[in-house]
Amino acid sequence: MKLSPDETVFWQHGFITINLTIVTTWILMLLLAVASWVITRKLKKGIHISRWQSMLEIIIITIKNQIKEIGLNKPEEYIGFIGTLFLFIAVANLCIIFPWYQPPTGSLSTTVALAICVFMAVPFFGIEKSGVLGYLKSYLQPTFIMLPFNLISEISRTIALAVRLFGNIMSGGMIVAILLTITPFIFPIVMNALGLLTGMVQAYIFSILATVYIAAAVQESG
Amino acid sequence: MKINWFTVIAQVINFLILVWLLKRFLYKPILNAIDEREKKIISQLKDAEAKEEKAEKEKVEFKQKNDTFDLEKKELMDKTIAETNVQRQKLLDEARTEANKLSSKLEETSKENRKKLNQEIAKKTQQEVFAIARKTLADLASVSLEEQSVNIFVKRIEELTEEEKKKFIEAFKATSKPILIQSTFELPHKQQIEIKKSIQEILGAKTHFEFKTAPELISGIELMANGYKLAWSISEYLDSMEKDISEILKEKSKEKTEKKPETKTKHDVKEDTDEKIEPKKKVVFEKKAESEKK
Repeated sequence: MKLSPDETVFWQHGFITINLTIVTTWILMLLLAVASWVITRKLKKGIHISRWQSMLEIIIITIKNQIKEIGLNKPEEYIGFIGTLFLFIAVANLCIIFPWYQPPTGSLSTTVALAICVFMAVPFFGIEKSGVLGYLKSYLQPTFIMLPFNLISEISRTIALAVRLFGNIMSGGMIVAILLTITPFIFPIVMNALGLLTGMVQAYIFSILATVYIAAAVQESG
Repeated sequence: MKINWFTVIAQVINFLILVWLLKRFLYKPILNAIDEREKKIISQLKDAEAKEEKAEKEKVEFKQKNDTFDLEKKELMDKTIAETNVQRQKLLDEARTEANKLSSKLEETSKENRKKLNQEIAKKTQQEVFAIARKTLADLASVSLEEQSVNIFVKRIEELTEEEKKKFIEAFKATSKPILIQSTFELPHKQQIEIKKSIQEILGAKTHFEFKTAPELISGIELMANGYKLAWSISEYLDSMEKDISEILKEKSKEKTEKKPETKTKHDVKEDTDEKIEPKKKVVFEKKAESEKK
């Protein structure tokens, strides 16, 4: 039994491996990009808009408001990163309703990659906001003694992000797989529905935590 | 639970590409659309607000104008009503004056008519009275009356003043024609002698006489000698009487036009006519009496 889609390899040449995780990610990327393009291609700027546009606007305004609620005053600057995190994880998790689909978020490599992105984004936005020195000073807050702890927290929370998402999604898939062998009919459907909920919650948690970290970096340095 | 580091790197790159793609195709256009729409809505709201403000202002203005208009209307109405009343009063007054004028004119005309009629009646009456008197006297001028009248004539000749006598004598002396004596009836011989006698007494000489009858004298007798005339007849009396009466009438009417009474009831007019008629009668009778006396 394969625990991760990483293990399904389509093509390998030395270090380069094209596995199910990467392929699924590409498909999702294509889906998101094409859907966005199709919908925003005919954007209407008047009062009357299409239903698809309305749906997208609701999603984006909700994300924007969430970012603002957490404390980032200019959500337009961060929506590209945080919004994409949320949309990618949410779509990846929602697609479990399709048969034989294995979410890329169930692969530790993907979650680690996303965690690394957050890990890199925090100093990026911090430095962008208040310069390198300003950002680095935030590690000495409230006193320089706190520097090691700050560093540890920075690394540990990144690992926690990666493992939390991976564990939740992977376990959901595992439970369904195991239940299928025991009670193959109705029960897996219930678990799958639960999996959808878990997936949405995880997408929300991941992006909110990323926002909190970025907000903390931006506000501390500011 | 292995971490495939190539996959990790690939996923990081994939994720960054996705961020770029979504930024390019999703967030930017949507956010722009939202911003633009918001701007549009705000501008529309502002427009609406401005319009509302304008409308409110206009409403107030219109209300004010309406109020002013109403007030003006009312004023004009009141003025018109007042003017109409004044005009009405004026017209009524005019009509009344006109009516008064007309009625007074009518009254005057009727009065005039009445006066004319009265005058006509008076004249007629007068004429009638004289005609009757004349006829009566003519009828009554019997011989005894003629005699009486000759007696009176003779008496008159005898009573002539010295001056008159002198004039008579002078007139007589200046002509050789006989003395003409006219009368309405043929004088009887006796009377002719009486007259001759009395004249001869005055003249103191014998002279010729010519006796003629003249019916127009109306019970009268006339003596003519070279322009000198000595006469007595009822006709003369009647002529002078008629003259007197018409003079009185003229005076009366003159007085009436001067006084011009404003309004007179029928009663008054009646009395008036009575007044007018009565003196005539009086005069006639007085003259009659006088003539009888004589």
